[in-house]
Amino acid sequence: MNHLQALEAYSIFILREAYKKLGRLGLLWSIGKDSTVLLWLTKKAFLGHCPFPFVHVDTSYKIPEMIIHRDKVAKEMDLELIVHQNVLALESGMGPDKGRLICCKALKTDALNEVTKKYGFDGLIVGVRRDEEGSRSKERIFSERNQDDEWDYANQPPELWGQFKTEFPRGHHIRVHPLLQWSEIDIWRYVENEGIELIDLYFAKNGQRYRSLGCAPCTGKIESQATSVSQIINELENTSVSERAGRAQDQEDAYAMQKLRRDGYM
Amino acid sequence: MNNQNKSFQTREKLKLVFTGHVDHGKSTVIGRLLLDSGALPQGAVDKIRRVSAETGRPFELAYLLDAFEEEQAQGITIDTTQLQFKTAFRDYVIIDAPGHKEFLKNMISGASDAEAAFLVVDAERGLEEQSKRHAHMLALLGLQQSALIVNKMDLVGFSQQVYQQTVEAARYFLSSLGLKLSVAVPLSALMGLNVTVKAPELSWHDGPTLLEALDSLKKSGHSHEAPLRLPIQDVFKFDDRRVLVGRVESGQIAVSDSIVISPGGKTAQVVSLASWLPRDQKTKAETGESVAVIISEDFFNRRGEIVSRIERAPKTVNRFRASIFWMGRRPLKAERRYKLKLSTAESECEIVKLFNLIDSSTLKPLQAQGEVGFNEVAEVEISLQKELALDLFSQCQATGRFVLVDDLDVAGGGIVTWAEDKPQVKAGFVHGELKARCELFQEYFYDLDRMTFNKIESSVPFYAVGDPVPLSGESYLYPEFFDIVIFRDQIVVKIRDGLVGALSPFSEYRYEGYPLVNGRGFAVKVNSEDDWLKLNNELLLINNRERAVGPDEKWLDFNVYRRIRLGRDRHL
Ligand SMILES: Nc1nc2c(ncn2[C@@H]2O[C@H](COP(=O)(O)OP(=O)(O)O)[C@@H](O)[C@H]2O)c(=O)[nH]1
Ligand SMILES: [Mg+2]
Repeated sequence: MNHLQALEAYSIFILREAYKKLGRLGLLWSIGKDSTVLLWLTKKAFLGHCPFPFVHVDTSYKIPEMIIHRDKVAKEMDLELIVHQNVLALESGMGPDKGRLICCKALKTDALNEVTKKYGFDGLIVGVRRDEEGSRSKERIFSERNQDDEWDYANQPPELWGQFKTEFPRGHHIRVHPLLQWSEIDIWRYVENEGIELIDLYFAKNGQRYRSLGCAPCTGKIESQATSVSQIINELENTSVSERAGRAQDQEDAYAMQKLRRDGYM
Repeated sequence: MNNQNKSFQTREKLKLVFTGHVDHGKSTVIGRLLLDSGALPQGAVDKIRRVSAETGRPFELAYLLDAFEEEQAQGITIDTTQLQFKTAFRDYVIIDAPGHKEFLKNMISGASDAEAAFLVVDAERGLEEQSKRHAHMLALLGLQQSALIVNKMDLVGFSQQVYQQTVEAARYFLSSLGLKLSVAVPLSALMGLNVTVKAPELSWHDGPTLLEALDSLKKSGHSHEAPLRLPIQDVFKFDDRRVLVGRVESGQIAVSDSIVISPGGKTAQVVSLASWLPRDQKTKAETGESVAVIISEDFFNRRGEIVSRIERAPKTVNRFRASIFWMGRRPLKAERRYKLKLSTAESECEIVKLFNLIDSSTLKPLQAQGEVGFNEVAEVEISLQKELALDLFSQCQATGRFVLVDDLDVAGGGIVTWAEDKPQVKAGFVHGELKARCELFQEYFYDLDRMTFNKIESSVPFYAVGDPVPLSGESYLYPEFFDIVIFRDQIVVKIRDGLVGALSPFSEYRYEGYPLVNGRGFAVKVNSEDDWLKLNNELLLINNRERAVGPDEKWLDFNVYRRIRLGRDRHL
């Protein structure tokens, strides 16, 4: 087995483990490359089936093409799609102008925590990777969140030999991270090998493309000429800029992500 | 696969963990390695500079790994991190582990993923408590390849003598754990000496730089000779197919292989390997692959059972010995119940014996007091509530190791050091979920050469209700109507008119006046309902929870139905 096949095999193992051991499951689907790879791996793990709903936390500030693409893929793949918004916050005018971290907390973290409660999820499959940023690099594959969706990151239980955290009190839930050990370039190489179709925001137009997708006001484009997957791989092999450099919320404060994620952010 | 990725596809990947006592410089070594080899994204160092300026803390390379605010504020690693790194030769996953005693569970979480380990030792301080404890954990985790970094050489004036003493001390301690030191490197992570390039200060060192040492470690491949172990993870029934899914933990599986499923011993053939995409369709899978298998028989299979080849099946046991390490806040206690998880199997268990309790950092024996404390190591005997298939760790790592769950968290881990296989079930009776083993229709003979009783192994199938049974053989003769009392399984099988009538558990059985015969074909001296109840009461007294044993010999008559043949070889 080569490196990508090994990553794929382990992710499939994790997905099947979650399906067998956790009660109600949802997959957090953000339309980007990582969630699309997750969708692909789900199909592989369950022999063409998707035995749990896909959840999209819609902040209403997403890049419009993302929503169009979301609905198209959900229809084509016949996904059970749950779209959730923090309606109260939106009605009271929440937006990045209130402060980026405040906005992220309300429209992403709180919305996610609401939908988790609403559907009673025991497990949420999330496509985060260790190489994205510091607090994610410290994650477990099965990571517990308490009844208030908080992550007790300084006191994580051991995880070894493919034995995951599957016992937890009612009301808590597990974040399952099947892509944790993948890197950004692994994702792209996999996309290339498998011929996975991605939203075209990743490909350069007029010398610019998105490297990471998020909300329109807080996600920047990078200078790029890459118009195909192989050109993107080539670009990444030669860059020294980090992936989330274009994500404004990460830059707010040295420990911004840690703080957001402690409260339940993906 | 695509051409362009050719070189990438064939590149090797090695997972390396950095272990050692707190403050000996593990995180700094990794940070330095990343920095000097140009692996860091732009701005990573600037960010650390900014944070140290903002917080007034000194600049530390370790912050590249110690991402949590708490870690940076206290200057320690709390939890393990993994990051990717590459040299011209191959790709690496570098795993940083905390050195603090408090966080040993996190060190174990990180190290359990690794294929090789570096032990980082501060030249000035030498081996300390956690250096030794970590080495001990590496041995228990089955990491055979270890390498040494003698760091902070700047603090000992780059002394060759100090270096050599440290190497010898480490070599000695590691060898007492059965670990071999494959390479040793002196360096200063702080000053960046002998990390990626040789340093004049260490000109006496004719060995490798850290970077060269990394590339000198060998990746141990999966042996194709290894026995097949496919623990069943789940059974899918999305359509009319029953599909066994799981990860091949050892060996290979291929279409048309004859397999056996343990516990239970049911045999079948592999019909096909299922996949979503036609292009993923294959006829063979190797170690590490997640597969979906369709087999020839429509058995009732469960998670936790292990698929193997018939010749090299795992052991099926309900009691075994193990070396364990304990990470739980409250101590492990003999006689308390724990959940044991071994590959995909689970069972309640109890620690029935506790011996050789040792201090995991000094290897000195501790006074055993019926419990194993935080971070301690012990030899134990474990009794399982239900039978599991497993291997000795030395024979197959993935199915020879397990974790113990206390309350809701994994609190201990262990490796199987001794287990005795139960005799294989070759024949018996089945009815739905009920199953009973018997050797009733096997020929016994007395081996004149060895002067022992032997039975001729024959692969008699299971008899279902309604099946005829062979009432007479060369060494036995049973009546047409009788009841078979199978003590091991606590089941009575009624034979009526030479056919299997019904199977009933002891608790539901009523004596009907027919002769009673045990599972080996010996008469059981029960002639009334009263006798039956008396026998049962006696059994209740002698049977313990784990094992159902047979009655005292006084209840048996060996000469009624069996006549032992004399013979010289089993084919007589
Ligand atoms: N003098 C000296 N100090 C070092 C060296 N390497 C690391 N240190 C310091 O030792 C302390 C502990 O380092 P750290 O990497 O956090 O240790 P860890 O607990 O093993 O990860 C930090 O203050 C480092 O700056 C070295 O080579 N020389
Ligand atoms: Mg450290």
